[in-house]
Amino acid sequence: MTLPEDLKQQILHAVAEDGGAKAAMLEALRLVQQAEGWVSDARLAQVADLLGVSTAELDSIATFYSLIFRKPVGQTVILLCDGASCWMNGGDALRQALMDRLGIGFGQTTADGRYSLINSACVGGCDRAPALLIGPDRRLVGPLSPEGVAQLLEGEL
Amino acid sequence: MSDTLPLTGHARADRTPHSLAEWRAIGGYRAVERALQMTPLELVNLVDAANLNGRGGAGFQAAKKWRFMPPVGTSPGIGSNYLIVNGDEMEPGAFKDRFLLEAMPHQVVEGAIIAAFATHSAQAIILIRDDYRAGITAIRRAIAEAEAANLLGTNILGSGFNLHMRVHPSAGRYIVGEETALISALEGGRAIPRKRPPFPAQSGLWGRPTTVNNVETISLVPHIVANGAQWFRALSRTEEGGTKLYGVSGMVKTPQLIEAPMGSTARELIDRCGGVSGTGVLRCFQPGGGATPFLEPADLDTPMDFGHMAKAHSMLGTGALIVLDTGTCPVAVTARHIAFYARESCGWCTPCREGLPWAARILTALEDGTAKPRDIEILRMTAAEAGPRGRTFCDLMGGAMGPLASLLARFGDLVEAHLDGGCPIRRGQL
Repeated sequence: MTLPEDLKQQILHAVAEDGGAKAAMLEALRLVQQAEGWVSDARLAQVADLLGVSTAELDSIATFYSLIFRKPVGQTVILLCDGASCWMNGGDALRQALMDRLGIGFGQTTADGRYSLINSACVGGCDRAPALLIGPDRRLVGPLSPEGVAQLLEGEL
Repeated sequence: MSDTLPLTGHARADRTPHSLAEWRAIGGYRAVERALQMTPLELVNLVDAANLNGRGGAGFQAAKKWRFMPPVGTSPGIGSNYLIVNGDEMEPGAFKDRFLLEAMPHQVVEGAIIAAFATHSAQAIILIRDDYRAGITAIRRAIAEAEAANLLGTNILGSGFNLHMRVHPSAGRYIVGEETALISALEGGRAIPRKRPPFPAQSGLWGRPTTVNNVETISLVPHIVANGAQWFRALSRTEEGGTKLYGVSGMVKTPQLIEAPMGSTARELIDRCGGVSGTGVLRCFQPGGGATPFLEPADLDTPMDFGHMAKAHSMLGTGALIVLDTGTCPVAVTARHIAFYARESCGWCTPCREGLPWAARILTALEDGTAKPRDIEILRMTAAEAGPRGRTFCDLMGGAMGPLASLLARFGDLVEAHLDGGCPIRRGQL
């Protein structure tokens, strides 16, 4: 599948705004990911082509940034804080509850493709520890108890 | 209220940002009008007189940074100077810039306009971490509103000053917040720090003179212009001007952000959070985030500014006060910090790339009770070898050694006790 026209236009706009094709590499990757959830090999090659950079160079940027996903992720990405302030306030129990409920570990996606769980620090929610970020808006949720995990995943939190 | 709490006094409890009209109704952008009637040099002198220390962690004087910026036409080559606002907040324990970006976006834009004018910059870029989506949205909206009102763009308010401002959303990686790495990132490279000199003011983004200021630093600027240097200095309890946005977390009853006079003490801040939680007894604290050395109860009344914290052998850092009660093991806290820094090392310099994961493994082994006496020697060696500055391009490694070195120095017996079957606090032996 070729690069959709609207995505192409957004990327070209970023090139003009950011000061050239090289400077716009990260934004281009972000735009692809925003539209499709992750950056596939096919998209990587198409974007590199559009920008006039090598696929390897673009991939060196994609793989440098921890929040550019080069593997498919779940519909809902959960970034769980594993920083010290969250740990002090029950972060381990929250992690365990999430892993038990989802049946996955860090860096994994549920078999039904609904959730991915990623460890991240610090999410900037130390006043709401233990905290996590969820969904496309990276909504901050916390303090979250192990008991609250079910509610969160059922969309009630 | 906003006379003594300039940064947060006008904020709404639910963090809903002000529209331009609402911001103007409470005096917003009057500081821009005033600043544009001054000269850049007068502005630098004003901020100098206010003694505004950079709030990003190092505490470098904002005016000193600005003064290095050459006026347009006097630096070699062509193109603009750049002002970059650093909103890549990711220090463990820090959550202050999130608030300023989300709840007070016009304050950031207003400060950035003034700082750009003072540094002869026709381009301003606000870099924000990917996770702060609400902040990205709020700042973008504020920029669009300011553009529509000719507070940005060409010939701003008829002053002849031109400024283009945009947001650069990042995508993770702590090292992006290091100012030279941030410049590498904006040019499209991997965010790897650069050797200094040349300093960014000499050769920064695209080789142009560049100033990088933290979100909180920038947010204070309009208030200095509006109310004057004397007023700003009078807000503080010490020589360093202004209020500070402290963030208290860890083992306190109500963790929270607190805007308070610069030089407030840890005791006051902890009291305002309802006191120590857990056992209710303080073991130690980090005054400024994950990368700052531990202090003990003896330093509860030491003013928390850059100078006093340095004298106490720690750092003010980001003012992110992390509190440990006697039931919390500083070895475990350090283990989590070091695991973070190891993960976030960009990998460019060997001591950092290799040393941090090694230290992280040893700290985990100490917690698990599988460490050997030799491991503690290796930790001591690592901490000693990491400094002084100059063994790595940036301060990630040096910063990470802050908690580790102070752990070994202050809690050596407790660390040793971990050799005997793991954490003694967890085993209920302490």
